[in-house]
Amino acid sequence: MRRAHFKFSWIVPLLLAPQLLVIFTFFYWPSAQALYWAFTLEQPWGGGNTWVGWDNFRKVLSDPYYWGSVRVSVIYALATTVLAMGMALTLALFVDRQLAGYRVWRVGIIWPYAVAAPAVGLAFQFVFNPGAGIFSYINTVSPGWWDLSKYPWQAVTAIVIAGAWKQVAYSFIFFLAALQSIPRSLTEAAAMDGARPLRRMLDLQLPLLTPTFFFLLVINITDSFTDSFGIVDTLTGGGPFRATDLMVYKIYSDGFRGLDYSGAAAQSIILMGLVMALTFIQFRYIERRVHYT
Amino acid sequence: MIERTPILNLMTHLILASGLVIILLPVWLAIVASTLTLQEVNSAPVELWPGDQFWPNLKEAWAQSDFGPKFVNSFIVAVGVVVGKVTLACITAFALVFFNFRGRMLIFWAIFITLMLPLEVRIVPTYAVAANALSPFQTIMDWTGISWLLNRLSGVEVSLQWNLLNSYTGLILPLVATATGTFLYRQFFLTIPDELVEAARMDGAGPLRFLWDVLIPLSKTNIAALATIMFVYAWNQYLWPLLVITDRANYGVVVVQLSDLVPDQLTTGGGTPTWHLAMAATLVVMLPPIAVVIFMQRWFVRGLINTDK
Repeated sequence: MRRAHFKFSWIVPLLLAPQLLVIFTFFYWPSAQALYWAFTLEQPWGGGNTWVGWDNFRKVLSDPYYWGSVRVSVIYALATTVLAMGMALTLALFVDRQLAGYRVWRVGIIWPYAVAAPAVGLAFQFVFNPGAGIFSYINTVSPGWWDLSKYPWQAVTAIVIAGAWKQVAYSFIFFLAALQSIPRSLTEAAAMDGARPLRRMLDLQLPLLTPTFFFLLVINITDSFTDSFGIVDTLTGGGPFRATDLMVYKIYSDGFRGLDYSGAAAQSIILMGLVMALTFIQFRYIERRVHYT
Repeated sequence: MIERTPILNLMTHLILASGLVIILLPVWLAIVASTLTLQEVNSAPVELWPGDQFWPNLKEAWAQSDFGPKFVNSFIVAVGVVVGKVTLACITAFALVFFNFRGRMLIFWAIFITLMLPLEVRIVPTYAVAANALSPFQTIMDWTGISWLLNRLSGVEVSLQWNLLNSYTGLILPLVATATGTFLYRQFFLTIPDELVEAARMDGAGPLRFLWDVLIPLSKTNIAALATIMFVYAWNQYLWPLLVITDRANYGVVVVQLSDLVPDQLTTGGGTPTWHLAMAATLVVMLPPIAVVIFMQRWFVRGLINTDK
């Protein structure tokens, strides 16, 4: 940090207090509370919580539904990340050629970022609807083949596509920004050496994008673990047969519908650990290798 | 580049066009659906060209979900989060960058860590705090014996109670409790040249005067960037308002209201699904943040890239 300029005075605590109070109350306290609940069990007839050690975790980890939820969360995270980043990267590489209409393409790809997850879920529920959406075509050919509310793999496909659709814009913005920060002299030198635009994409731009690529990889995976609730809730509601019961959705339904605070807290702690591990990987191994220029 | 690549240019446009079609397709279908009548929207091969029923559909959906006050609520929450975030982040970053005191790095890291765990992950306990925002302090006072002491000394039973459920405060405060903006400001404040601070001090400006007359005018771009992304973030919140607001008539926000329009067995009772209404509502709810992103594109992109969200 830089050299400080003003001497400490009574205004410093005053300036810091609001933020510290807010994060203490709504961040640190709840996180600690989650830990407390994860290791205790509330008495059914009142009388406070009793310490149960790792029991809640054991219960969660021996629950086949929980592992089902983990499995589908991992599938969802990987599939949306691959789809969204692949599409974002392709589009960014071509938008970066800055042909006529460049601004129009850019806006056209950016705006989905602003769409609320439930709105995405709802729109895709219509698109994938067996009776009214675009898949009704398939169903007129072979009736009953497409039905989200019956076939688990179709429901998973639907949330993956909706999730990826929502994520494309974010990765696109970062890829495009990274492409535009590649020094022009490098591109010119490559062109002088006779590299045509496609060759430059493969041998110059893609290698220079690796740091952004890894950064986005971690961010996208973290996001798909934590930010899936709106889509799942409006598109599939976790069904059919819990096929789309992603981790955040399960925490919500166990905690607020099943009123199993301890189980939900144990799941929260596991998810927190996962997210923290991902963030740690990002800072430790990825941020360190980003300096190419 | 001065190169003639007519074929590649054509390919570029084709690739971009097909990408855009993929992105626009679901929204186009939603737009079409919102302009049809109940019969048309449920006819088996889906319509691909809009009809003329958009306004009647929108009116009906609007009335059915009572969108008027809910849009007002959504705006209050979004503006509240924006103002809260812009102010809090600014003064916190100011204190951290321009003052020297013990524990500066500790406080910095304490704030930094909040970037790691999004609200969704710690949703259950945060909800419990919202039910009584003073419960952390109550618990601390009980543990440390302050309550007991007060009770002994004054005979007052300490029981702090501040219920945030069904209130704007409850909707706004937890969304402000992250480090997002603090970073943006910090990075910017670190680029302010030392000479500027010295000059201001030479002219007799105290820290607050310096903040108000020098730093804030200089950080206009930052404020715009932060405001844009926070507006979109707050407007699109779903899980938190869903939990905190049970009194939907008075405090409901539009995004949550949307989920009530999902035409499934529960809402239609086995009747014909009202997709035309659901899609009209979806479009109108999507609109404000999209407008913000398109009109404030420059600031938005900048904010997104500089904050790590």
